[in-house]
Amino acid sequence: MDYERRKTLKAGGGAGLLALLAAAGIIRPGDALAADWNKAAFEGKSTQDALKAMGASAPATSGDIVIRAADIAENGAVVPVGVESKIPGTQSISILIDKNPSALAASFDLPAGTEPSVTTRVKMGQTSDVYALVKADGKFYMAKKEIKVTLGGCGG
Amino acid sequence: MADPMRIRATSKDGLTNVKVLMSHEMETGQRKDGSGKIVPAHFIQNVTATYNGKTVLSAQWGPAVSKNPFLEFNFKGGQKGDKIQVTWTDNKGEKRTDEAAIS
Repeated sequence: MDYERRKTLKAGGGAGLLALLAAAGIIRPGDALAADWNKAAFEGKSTQDALKAMGASAPATSGDIVIRAADIAENGAVVPVGVESKIPGTQSISILIDKNPSALAASFDLPAGTEPSVTTRVKMGQTSDVYALVKADGKFYMAKKEIKVTLGGCGG
Repeated sequence: MADPMRIRATSKDGLTNVKVLMSHEMETGQRKDGSGKIVPAHFIQNVTATYNGKTVLSAQWGPAVSKNPFLEFNFKGGQKGDKIQVTWTDNKGEKRTDEAAIS
């Protein structure tokens, strides 16, 4: 399986590679397509809606996911959030903010060779649980951290 | 046309650290302007980073990513002097690609 993947990686990049992977049944079409944008997931209002649209309705809670963020964010418009996964075979990392108008903030696909750790900045409308969703070997895992916001980042 | 991105890529111990600062409004579509009209959503949806033609990171973003987005990640390999390319596409179809040499 792993050998197969090396072979497909060598066989071609970009769309060709994704088509090959999809054909081999490793990923479902639209699952990790770079040019794609998961409209349903980003427009899902609640965390549950977003998870469902990503095909992750019941992720297991994992202690191997670290959310790097301050407990209190002074400015909700710019909240630095980093997520690091120690789960082997991590394929993607997503950041969801429970109480935002749309929960899903960002989703990162990590090809083999890219470290399962990303950092970005997000907006938070109010104090909320922040979830990190990790996909590893086709399974979903989740961790959460509450970030308190003293000044909201929506509408300001 | 949007302003260029600031990309910094440094290689250390076989690992390349990439930091990207983009210039974009990241308008959520929920904010109202002075006259009470909703400001239309305008935000980056897709970000792709490539090294030697190979994708090292691809991301999908929603409007909840902060204005002038920041992104940091690491990948294995990457030679000093080689170029890393980053491309973003927003919901209006605007696109920008910038590159930087790994140092």
